[in-house]
Amino acid sequence: MMLKILYFASVRELLGQGSEELPLPAGVVDVAGLLGFLAQRGGAWEHLAEIRNLRQAVNQEMVGRNAPIGAGDEVAFFPPVTGG
Amino acid sequence: MMVRVQEADFDVGTELAALRRNQPQIGALVSFVGVVRAASDGAGVSEMTLEHYPGMTEKALAAMVGEAGRRWNLIDAIVIHRVGRLLPGDQIVLVAVAGAHRGEAFAACEFLIDYLKTRAPFWKREVTPQGARWVAARASDDQAAERWRD
Repeated sequence: MMLKILYFASVRELLGQGSEELPLPAGVVDVAGLLGFLAQRGGAWEHLAEIRNLRQAVNQEMVGRNAPIGAGDEVAFFPPVTGG
Repeated sequence: MMVRVQEADFDVGTELAALRRNQPQIGALVSFVGVVRAASDGAGVSEMTLEHYPGMTEKALAAMVGEAGRRWNLIDAIVIHRVGRLLPGDQIVLVAVAGAHRGEAFAACEFLIDYLKTRAPFWKREVTPQGARWVAARASDDQAAERWRD
């Protein structure tokens, strides 16, 4: 079971990609852990967790950074929403 | 109760007529239409692109309509939100609520647009003479949604 990660709007532009799939990294149990794993890639990835007001969703529900994640989950990172 | 996310424009009259059809108990129909402004934060806007999170968007909108239905005695409601490229004057969103009386219909309509603006995963990118920019979230929108917290 792969972990699916989606990036939207300004976050997608910062990272230069809209989605990826990867095996759940060893030791990652929550959103904060995933952000730490991604930051190890360096470059723009180091800035992801520091984006002011970064929002995240797990399986299409908005959650906090302490939300648990597991293999097969869909995680998304995006800026505050501006619809309507 | 219905939510739709679409690129195509919508006709408010057609949608409201459909909402009322065969619902003789409706006594009040309140609607809100959001429109693309030609200026934003002091800059002219020549066009706008709306991005969204397919799947989550529909779930989030349906959850809001469900929450409105728990808070007020509604007969029906619709939310239609457009995505893709839009021009000044174009319609962006329709929220319409039908109830027996106006009080609950007004309240539920305002609740839905306030919630939509802070919880539905849409993002606006606007083109101005200075270039394209992502629209920043407004604190006033958060405050508007906060009013509805239990």
